[in-house]
Amino acid sequence: MRVSTVVVGAGHAGLAMSHQLTKRSVEHVVLDRGDVADSWRTKRWPGLRLLTPNWMLGLPGRPADPDDPDGFLGAAEVAGLVDRYARQIAAPVRTHTTVRSLRRRGEGYEVCTDEGAWHANTVIVATGANTVPVVPSWAGALPPTVAQRTAFDYQGPSSLPEGGVLVVGASATGAQLAAEMRRCGRPVTLAVGEHVRLPRTYRARDIFWWLHSTGVLAERHDEIEDLSRARRLPSPQLVGSTMPVDLASLAEAGVRLVGRLAAVSEGMVRFSGSLRNVCALADLKMARFLDRADAWAACSGLGDTLPAPTRPARTPVPDHPCLSLDLVRENITTVVWATGFRPDHSWIDLPVLDRSGRLRHHGGAVTDAPGLYALGLPLLRTRASSYIHGAAEDSEALADHLLAHLAR
Amino acid sequence: MTISTLDTDSPVDNGVNVAALMGAREALSEAPAAAEFIWKTTCTWQHGTHSRSTVDGFTGLGDEQRHTSTYTFDVDHPECFASADKGATPVEYVLVGLAGCLVAGVASIAQHRGIQLRSVTATVEGEMNVLGILGADPDVRNGFDRITARFAVDADASREDLEALLAQSQKRSAVFDVVTNPTDVVVELI
Repeated sequence: MRVSTVVVGAGHAGLAMSHQLTKRSVEHVVLDRGDVADSWRTKRWPGLRLLTPNWMLGLPGRPADPDDPDGFLGAAEVAGLVDRYARQIAAPVRTHTTVRSLRRRGEGYEVCTDEGAWHANTVIVATGANTVPVVPSWAGALPPTVAQRTAFDYQGPSSLPEGGVLVVGASATGAQLAAEMRRCGRPVTLAVGEHVRLPRTYRARDIFWWLHSTGVLAERHDEIEDLSRARRLPSPQLVGSTMPVDLASLAEAGVRLVGRLAAVSEGMVRFSGSLRNVCALADLKMARFLDRADAWAACSGLGDTLPAPTRPARTPVPDHPCLSLDLVRENITTVVWATGFRPDHSWIDLPVLDRSGRLRHHGGAVTDAPGLYALGLPLLRTRASSYIHGAAEDSEALADHLLAHLAR
Repeated sequence: MTISTLDTDSPVDNGVNVAALMGAREALSEAPAAAEFIWKTTCTWQHGTHSRSTVDGFTGLGDEQRHTSTYTFDVDHPECFASADKGATPVEYVLVGLAGCLVAGVASIAQHRGIQLRSVTATVEGEMNVLGILGADPDVRNGFDRITARFAVDADASREDLEALLAQSQKRSAVFDVVTNPTDVVVELI
């Protein structure tokens, strides 16, 4: 089968690109291994809500729903939104079509699927940033009696065996899961590595209002000093509600904070002695952003209309942080890995990945592969790229790039 | 492969060549094999608990490298442990390593952030219950219960900037990582 462009992935990013291609009369097809918005249906835990408020959910040709701009959608609602978008833009989606490989063929590409092969001049990789949970290689050294879950197979506190839980990772996922399980009365220990702390609201405005207004979300990939580090930054400790999920509130709720999980041997888990410093780093970084926010508010004349600046208290670190635990003796029956996710690019048979398996690209145009594009990755073109609404601007820019490539 | 030592034209001068370090970071990211280093020391027993360690070379940048001279360290225990006290104790060398690593980090990061340092003094203390190493109490560990590093810094910077320097220095420190995280240790007879 021949087509000008193959879009792999029918999530919000792939569909945004489909809309741009339709607008530019580029013949294309959108392939997905499942249904539209598959990950939102099958790979999200029941209690998950988006970190971003509804006003940030606009897509090209579909402005954000004005009804509840400050609300937060649950996973099923996101799936519904993406589904309606696919129908609205009449995207040429072929569902339940799994892409097996992507190869160079002449001046274009061959996309092999379980439903036959496509030949295309250009290909968009929009398979998602959070496709595979990252779990440390030594997870297998945990006692076999301890259940292990990732955010993909966690189905709520009641789905876990009785007993205590060790949550590994204190970014958005880990902090939310720790809070949820603690609320259900579970003894929870949270292993905290490097994390990003942000208050949900600051001076009576949502933190994303500040990130947007101060221009942080608009910062471009080519003006960020350490881009590869910025792209690896974990999601901030936030939950899609006005409730705080920072380490202070978790500790107050009775969650035991320990350092990064550093090793497992013979039933003992060992935690790094760096808890104090990772908390200090996160507190300082948050304070720098709030300083910037205050300076912006003062400059823009909004300063007097908002409540006065305040600073959240420093993260309280236990005086003697726990450095090792005997899981069995402590009756910790489940370890939940909230150690991050990565994209799955294993199907791309092209020399376009770096040493750590990341796609090498410049603002979404894949390096050394003319006509190959990526969409929906963290900080692809701007900091907004990490969020749903970022796909609007990114798909616009890359569709123009693609059109120029086709016209060569 | 060598790391160049060009001077920078920044008005702040802590004596750290940040441009060379940033260049090395970039160069080594492109040549990962050259980034594999092996640090080494040779320790020879002298008498009693006294030993002498020398440091003169290491492996890195894809080659054998030499220090500009051979460094010698006497290691012993104090008289209250019935030793001759011909040198610092091994655990004090650990503190020396941590202090040196953090201070080097502070100087480098200050240079990178345009902070002129006038003086930096770190006092590092390691708390230890010696019943562990004496084998007198199986519930007491051999190593430190806690290490505390106190920094006195005189510099043109706010307290918050200095706290950020210390935090970043810990984050990038090899010895901080060595003492806060487990390391696989192989000891064998040859």
